[in-house]
Amino acid sequence: MNHSSKLRDPTAETSPTRRARLTPPPSLDGKVVALMDIGKSGGAVFLDRLEGHFKSAGVATKRYRKPTNTKVAPPAVLQTIAAEAQLAVIALSD
Amino acid sequence: MIEVLPADGLVIVAKRECHTCVLVEPVMQSLDRAGPLTVITQDDPAFPSGVGRVLDDQQLERSFHLNIEAVPTLIRYEGGREVGRTVGWDRAEWTRLAGDAAAGEGLPAWQPGCGSRSVEPGVQEALIARYGDPGLASREIPVGEWDDPIEACFERGWSDGLPVVPPTDERILRMLGGTDRKPGEIVGLIPPNLAPCTVEKVAINAVMAGCKPEYMPVVLGVLEAALDPLFVLHGLLCTTHFSGPLVIINGPAAKAVGMNSGINALGQGNRANATIGRALQLIVRNVGGGLPGGMDRATLGNPGKYTFCFAEDESDPDWEPLAQRRGIAAGKSAVTLFHAEGVHGFIDQKSRTPEELTRSLAMALFGVGHPKLCDSGNAVLVLSPEHYKIFKDGGWNRRRIEDALYQALKRPGRDLIHGAQGVPEGLPASMADKIVDKFPPDGLLIVRAGGPAGLFSAIIGGWPGQRVREECQAVTHEIR
Repeated sequence: MNHSSKLRDPTAETSPTRRARLTPPPSLDGKVVALMDIGKSGGAVFLDRLEGHFKSAGVATKRYRKPTNTKVAPPAVLQTIAAEAQLAVIALSD
Repeated sequence: MIEVLPADGLVIVAKRECHTCVLVEPVMQSLDRAGPLTVITQDDPAFPSGVGRVLDDQQLERSFHLNIEAVPTLIRYEGGREVGRTVGWDRAEWTRLAGDAAAGEGLPAWQPGCGSRSVEPGVQEALIARYGDPGLASREIPVGEWDDPIEACFERGWSDGLPVVPPTDERILRMLGGTDRKPGEIVGLIPPNLAPCTVEKVAINAVMAGCKPEYMPVVLGVLEAALDPLFVLHGLLCTTHFSGPLVIINGPAAKAVGMNSGINALGQGNRANATIGRALQLIVRNVGGGLPGGMDRATLGNPGKYTFCFAEDESDPDWEPLAQRRGIAAGKSAVTLFHAEGVHGFIDQKSRTPEELTRSLAMALFGVGHPKLCDSGNAVLVLSPEHYKIFKDGGWNRRRIEDALYQALKRPGRDLIHGAQGVPEGLPASMADKIVDKFPPDGLLIVRAGGPAGLFSAIIGGWPGQRVREECQAVTHEIR
């Protein structure tokens, strides 16, 4: 931390300092779930299994993949996911 | 950690850019030869020459903790305690504290010093933030060292959509320096959440809006006016209508902070205009919790909801400024708040008499909200200099213009009722036999502003909520 790494809260301080997670949707009905492969080995195996479970449950899925696991996903990938899906599952590691 | 000063001996705080410090450089060398001396140098570690122990204080931490206001400052310590201090060069004082080695032969007997770098404008607040207790009550929000603070503000939802200035302690302290009011004083309850808003929270949001510290009295005055129950800030925030708060500043405060009342007065480019209006909106957003899509239900909104603030042109002594018209004493600063939709341009390049221009303005003013409605909001008329000149050359003052427009803004009800002119929108059929006013007698606020060229004035429509006059009106408050 340096001197510029601390701000003061401009709000009425009614919410936690840590940003809250988004509330999960009450149902997956009508939702599209993004299945994101970050490029680590084994990720596709996990996502294949997950995709099968979603399919059995009647939930639509779409597959996405980062060009490389060494860098953050490019904006185009994130924008595509945001435009096409409402939820995402990311296969993070081997 | 900074080095500990010796328990006994002399300390001199100096800087090379100070002529008096340079003048006494031989005295410092003499004192160094005579006994334990530490020189704390604020700007150049190589200054003074010929002294054994020179401490670099370019970060000004020592100067801050020693409360140095001017240089050179000579301090004597005994047993770890300060027992004497003198500022500037004064042979009698220096020899009293440091003995004959401080005589400075050949120097004048006395020469004043220079200001310490630690008390230069803006520096003091930064040093308090770094090394002292800023005394701020608002909770700290840590930001990762490698994160962009502006992006952090976006991510936390503190922005109106444009970048905000990150509210660091030194910026907040500088902003608080713009007012005598205590940081903990509660200015009021901010809708929609009716959250208490302290002067400190105002300062934080003023920092984020881009205000300068000298704007603080105006920002506080604007906020207090906005919290007048008659302004109905909560309703204005929640409405599906376009409107948001329009801020009009009158009096010496407008000039003091450099507000624009001339060319492009309603547009971009002036810091005070832009940031004072924005500060109000950020306070409503951040302190009050008034978020678009949340309590702000505007169907379309308008660009003025980022900021909408200007000053009146008071350069013509024949013109009665808006604030005086609304009861504020001449020479006082004041803010008028109006529930405003966007700017509607009025073009008339042919009228040459007050009567012609009045009729022309009335035609355009009748369009506020809808040409067949008379309860869809009041209006502000921003008279440009060239249009005002037509009235002035005709010998008309504010009161006469107001009266003439009030008379010109009457219409037969039969032309305005539901279905008249083939348009369903309109007044109830019961109004058919009446002559109706577009605005109540005090419903048209006239203000002068604008550049010298252009037969263009501006009509700023109001909010339908204003139709219940007892509950909702434009408000004017003195800025103290």
